[in-house]
Amino acid sequence: MNRRGEGLGKWLVSGPPILYLLLFFAIPALIMVLASFRTPGEFGGLAPLIDEAGKPDVNVDSYVRFFTEPVYTQIFVKSFVYAVATTLLCLAIAYPLATLIARSSKRHRDLLLLLVILPFWSNFLIRVYAWMIVLGPQAALARMVNGLLGAFGAEPVSLLFSSFAVLICLVYVHLPFMVLPLYANLEKHDQALLDAAQDLGANAWQRFWRITFPLSLPGVYAGAALVFIPALGIFAIPDILGGPDDSLIGNVIKQQFLETRDWPFGSVLSIVLTVAALAFAGLAAWVGARSTRREASGA
Amino acid sequence: MRSFPARSRWLWAAAGAGYAFLYLPLVIVVVYSFNDSRLNAEWVGFTLDWYRKLAHNDEMQTAAANSLIIASVASLVSTVLGTMAGVAMYRYKTRLLPLLVLTPIAIPEILMGVSLLIFFVLLNFSLGLVSVALAHIAFCIGFVAIVVRARLSGMDETLTEAARDCGASPWQTFRYITLPLIMPGVIAGALMAFTLSIDDFVITFFTAGAGTITLPLQIYSMIKIAVTPEVNAVSTLLMLLTLILIVVATRVSPSLLRSNEENE
Repeated sequence: MNRRGEGLGKWLVSGPPILYLLLFFAIPALIMVLASFRTPGEFGGLAPLIDEAGKPDVNVDSYVRFFTEPVYTQIFVKSFVYAVATTLLCLAIAYPLATLIARSSKRHRDLLLLLVILPFWSNFLIRVYAWMIVLGPQAALARMVNGLLGAFGAEPVSLLFSSFAVLICLVYVHLPFMVLPLYANLEKHDQALLDAAQDLGANAWQRFWRITFPLSLPGVYAGAALVFIPALGIFAIPDILGGPDDSLIGNVIKQQFLETRDWPFGSVLSIVLTVAALAFAGLAAWVGARSTRREASGA
Repeated sequence: MRSFPARSRWLWAAAGAGYAFLYLPLVIVVVYSFNDSRLNAEWVGFTLDWYRKLAHNDEMQTAAANSLIIASVASLVSTVLGTMAGVAMYRYKTRLLPLLVLTPIAIPEILMGVSLLIFFVLLNFSLGLVSVALAHIAFCIGFVAIVVRARLSGMDETLTEAARDCGASPWQTFRYITLPLIMPGVIAGALMAFTLSIDDFVITFFTAGAGTITLPLQIYSMIKIAVTPEVNAVSTLLMLLTLILIVVATRVSPSLLRSNEENE
């Protein structure tokens, strides 16, 4: 009786969220996978499942197209490069921030951490828009840069609508995702290790590269996954801040669904993106687990 | 605090630059919303004109009303479902639920947007407020579930055992013991869901259809045309709203900020 009650309770509690997420997450995702094996309809959407000749519409044309038209692989590579650059720049900016927070007194810690998270909670588009102003042609930064370039006899450049604008905004938007896991890791470090190294004559540089940094790797991998995956699929930032050559994979997916209306090909691109993102997350988790194990067994 | 004067100075400088990078752009948005100039380039003088313009912008008001309706419905439903998911993930061993709850958070947003677009269109479900709210609920459930689950893992398990021993039914135990204890987590999760919903652009962009606007969609179409201080004004108000919600959420559940709970 009791056990049956337990089982019933389990389904009463977990059933509704499971049903909801199956219906509005898993099934749509599955439909997208199925759509990738279909032919685009004449007016968008999908062609009829059974055509006039009675043949079912199942093919891998869209996959063939993805792998045979180099422009799509190139865009994927470009998105990959942007995401890697974003991850590395975030790491460089996040490290001092996370170190400072981890080293400050308990009283200041929460405030300093809150200050990192707060911008993340403001609207995404506002944060992109802010860079339109900062990098705008009449803003102080552009005038300064172009003044300098002019002094060297170079042509003036546009900071807005450029790869530079896309990259700086990608870093800006994703920075908190790097700071948080890095901080969570750095906070646990044992100061005695650094003191011991110092007593043995290691300078600050050696202490950082041979102790702090290797120990922080699990945090780095977690942060890298949190930055890299969303950065890979972004479409609004290149759309708003980028030039004509800055289209990333997200922009092509948006274009396939809303402009070209080629659902099967859009689905193929989305699936490749998902696989790439999940593969990267898996890789980060695996490398992270391995380095933690090594650290545990090596100590 | 340990004292490393020289190195500390470098650290403060680098971290200070990091904070400046995070805040300067947003400060500029706010400051220029009070600037008496069409161009977001130089400070000319103080004005509230852009806010007055905003008050008379019908499109913006429709968008704001839509956003508030969607966010209220989405946060209400996702809080109920997310709390159930959080409790279920904590109490029972289920493989399927964590997968369903966490994957939407882990994958790029655009994927959920386009797959829901196909789903709604194939079902002949007309795109609009309802489809956006359904989509928002789907991605908010996970965030609520995580917050609730974190709150549960800090709970004293003997309390529920005592209630059961005293003859309380599972529902009574939940209603009178568990729920009051996890309430701060539930409220924090609800506020989080509200904020996520009102701020969402990507998933809304794909599920709203042509006729429906929300605040982020309205901001998007404005900044695609031109940079105008009216956008600064609406941005400032939106940031203020978010700030209030966050302050309330952290007051209710201070542990929301401590990242060490994520590791459990």
